[in-house]
Amino acid sequence: MTTRSAPGLATSPDVTAPRVTDACSWTPALSGGVGRLPVVSVNPELVGRTFPPAPPYLVGREKVREFARATFATNPIHHETAAARAAGHDDVVAPATFAVVVQEATLAQLLAEPDAGIDFSRVVHGEQKFTYARPIVAGDELTATLTVTSVKTLGGNAMVTAESTMTDATGEHVVTATSTLVVRGDDA
Amino acid sequence: MTTDTTTAEVGTVVAERDVHLTRDALVRYAGASGDFNPIHYRDDVAASVGLPGVLAHGMLTMGLAVQPVSEWLGDRGWIASYGVRFTRPVVVDPEQGATVGVVAKVGTVDDQGRPARIDLTVTAAGQTVLGKAQVTVAFH
Repeated sequence: MTTRSAPGLATSPDVTAPRVTDACSWTPALSGGVGRLPVVSVNPELVGRTFPPAPPYLVGREKVREFARATFATNPIHHETAAARAAGHDDVVAPATFAVVVQEATLAQLLAEPDAGIDFSRVVHGEQKFTYARPIVAGDELTATLTVTSVKTLGGNAMVTAESTMTDATGEHVVTATSTLVVRGDDA
Repeated sequence: MTTDTTTAEVGTVVAERDVHLTRDALVRYAGASGDFNPIHYRDDVAASVGLPGVLAHGMLTMGLAVQPVSEWLGDRGWIASYGVRFTRPVVVDPEQGATVGVVAKVGTVDDQGRPARIDLTVTAAGQTVLGKAQVTVAFH
């Protein structure tokens, strides 16, 4: 695994945990490397690997409100308990992308996995999806478990797809957050 | 702008909105999300890794782009799935900020004629910044 940093990516010198950056200026490089052998060394045996559940995350009402303000949410169900309850929810409803906050701990597990071969200074966020069985509401205690579902090589880059499945305190499925991470190759 | 319709034809615009992002919006999202990557608030760090400037978090762009759909839904339903591809960064100028435009159109309808999938067109500086941005909705 190389330590050379790639243009367009940040190495986050002041954060402690590995983190996925979502800078997208790497896009032109994805078409490069034609005729070269793939040089990314992401471990293909990651596919199917399930990590230990992350510690439970308690969804706080004020955290939901803070996230709602930060994402310019205007529907009152994201801010006001009365509006949320009138709409049939137990408490304020987390915006649709809130699950990324809970997912983060599981992605950190993946990026820190010793034999994964994922150099997080070369990782950018390619795709993101959330699939809900029901909305997240304040008061939920969510436990997230990550499984790697795909490792592909494309044009000298590797694409790793991981699903973080989140269940509530009763064990019922609430949401699955799926991320595709692009790991740039040496030639990128 | 949202259109309070429960039935709609494919292609109907149900909501559209422009959101002006400033650097303080990026700092606020950093705090709310826990994503403190300095490329989202420090020009020197962004420049040192070859970026054209400080970028909005991709997850902030994704997060704000779905809000017009949530407002349009109101109390009638909830968002069952939401996915995007990150195709271009949103550069946020320290003085001018950046404006992200969102147009939400009906992509598919269910057997009762209600929108089932909403497709988002999300642009900044005249270019699409999210690809295949699709929201599926569920009515109560």
